[in-house]
Parts: sequence; C-alpha cells; structure tokens
Amino acid sequence: MSEETARQEDAAPGDPAPGIDQGEGDGSVLSYTVGLTFALALTAASFIVSQSHLFWAPGLAVGLAVLAIAQMGVHLVFFLHIGSGPDNTNNVLALAFGVLIVTLVVSGSLWIMANLNSNMMPEGVMQEMQK
Amino acid sequence: MTPQMADAAAVPQEFASAGAKGPAPVRVVVAYGFWIFLLSDIIMFSALFATYAVLNSQTAGGPSPRTLFDIRNVGVETLCLLLSSYTCGLGSLCIARRRLTGFYAFFGMTFVLGALFLGLELHEFSGMVARGAGPSRSAFLSSFFALVGLHGAHVTIGLTWLLFTVAQVVAKGPRPFVLRRLHCFSLFWHALDIIWVAVMSLVYLMGVRA
Repeated sequence: MSEETARQEDAAPGDPAPGIDQGEGDGSVLSYTVGLTFALALTAASFIVSQSHLFWAPGLAVGLAVLAIAQMGVHLVFFLHIGSGPDNTNNVLALAFGVLIVTLVVSGSLWIMANLNSNMMPEGVMQEMQK
Repeated sequence: MTPQMADAAAVPQEFASAGAKGPAPVRVVVAYGFWIFLLSDIIMFSALFATYAVLNSQTAGGPSPRTLFDIRNVGVETLCLLLSSYTCGLGSLCIARRRLTGFYAFFGMTFVLGALFLGLELHEFSGMVARGAGPSRSAFLSSFFALVGLHGAHVTIGLTWLLFTVAQVVAKGPRPFVLRRLHCFSLFWHALDIIWVAVMSLVYLMGVRA
C-alpha cells in the first residue's frame, strides 16, 4: 500500500473544504462572506414575505418554510462546511439520520395531533349524551 | 503484504474503509463526536418545535402571537446572531493561522454580539411577563417560553464556553487540545444559528401573520 493513498483523512465537520483553503489564501474568508451574504439575503426575504401583503396568505407558511430550509442549507455548507466530498461522507450520513429523525418527530406529532383534534367530540356533546 | 491488505489497496481511495487508512486523527474524531452531539441537540429541539406547532393556537383567551411579538426586535436579534456566526468563523480562521490579535478581536465581537442578542431576548421576555404573558398564562406561552428559552439557555452556555476557551488560549496558547475545544465551540455557535433560523421563521414570522 503506497503512502499517498493511505493518507487522505476524513474531514471534520467545520473543516474548510480542501479545494478552497490552501495555505495562506483568503478562500475561506470568501466562503464565510458568501455564506453571510446568502444568509442575510434569505433572512431579508423571509421578513419581506411575512410583512408585505402582496403574497397569497395561505401560501405564506410554505414560503417561509422553504426560505428557512434554504437558509439552514446555506449555514450547513458555508459555516459548518458540510460538503458533498468523499471525505465528508460520515458527516453527511450523520446529518441525514438527524434530518430523518427531526422529520419523523415534527411531521408525526403534527399529523397525530391534527388527527386527534379532528376526531374529538365537539364541546358539549359528551354532556348531552350523559343526560 | 497479506491478501487483505492487497484488497484494501485495490479499492478506490474514496471507498476505502477506515481500517484501511488507519485510525483517524484525534481532531477529526473529536469534531465528529461533537457533530453527533449537535445533531442530537437539534433532535431535542425538534420535539419542542413540534410542541409549539401543535399548541400555538391554544391561547386560552390570553394574548396571541400576533399581538405579542415585535418584529423589529426579532430582526435585530437575527442580525446579531448572523454577524456573530460570521465573526466566529473569521476568528477560527485567524487562530488556524496563528494570528492571535485577529482571533481575540473577532471572538470579542462574537461575544459582544451574542450578549446583545441575549440582552434583547431577556428584555423581550421580561416585557412579556410584565404584561401578564408569562409561561403560565396559556399552553401557547408555555411552549413559547420552553422553545425560545431553551435556545436562549444554549446561547448563555455558549457565551460562558467562549470565555473559558478564550481564557485557555490566553493561558496555554494555541495548543492542539485548545484548538480542538475552540473548533467544537464554533460548531456549537453555528448550530445555534441554524436553530434560530427555525425559531425566527416558525415562531415569529409565521406568528405575526397567523
């Protein structure tokens, strides 16, 4: 086994991508700055969408959710440096498992509680039946 | 060379198992373990997000999200956290290149911005409690204080941790174990930002329009 094939390490979460951060270059500063710009733009978009009355009100929640998920993606890629490279597989797999559990907890709770709520007897029906 | 080793060498490098490459360096193991902790922390938050989403219309005749939240305050809080994440990132770049002055400056800014966020949040909370909208008023407010308060508690812990790690840099210099702790801190700080994005969107921005 040759030395050079043996020595490529996994990247730790938060490590700058190897292509960007070579030596003294300011590539990583650029990465953080691009991330901040995107994050500020998406935040501004969220505030504008929620404050203006130009948008169709029932679609607002979905729009805000899309903007929030996009901004979380920006934070993951530019601040936490979770990338798609082979050295990042472990980090991405752990993240994917986390996202799976979060989705199950949130959507499952909302689903079950909405279902229970719609199956509840309307107020007063129970008293009527006991008469 | 044993047959197994020949097999390992034949596998393309990106698919080689950890065993073929030898143990990972401590820095990678520590950061990966901390990444797992952060994900489990996010899962804990997801339970509180689900609780809030279920309960936020149960105001029990008390104040509703629409009347309670000050959107300008939330905007300033968000700006503080975003900028503090940015300065935290620049500070970790400085320490990686052993530029200590820049590191102290950027982490000082991170602390100030984080403390500003915390001050604004505590001001908001105390204002709400003074108006009779404390956590005991309704199910909506209980879940609000649990969710946003837990995030605030994380920021408080983060600020304390920041002081301790910077003190370690002062006392012991940028040694590997100090750098590992700093790296974990910056991961923690960036993760808090991700959680705040969800709080901002779900609690405040959707709340004022609900």
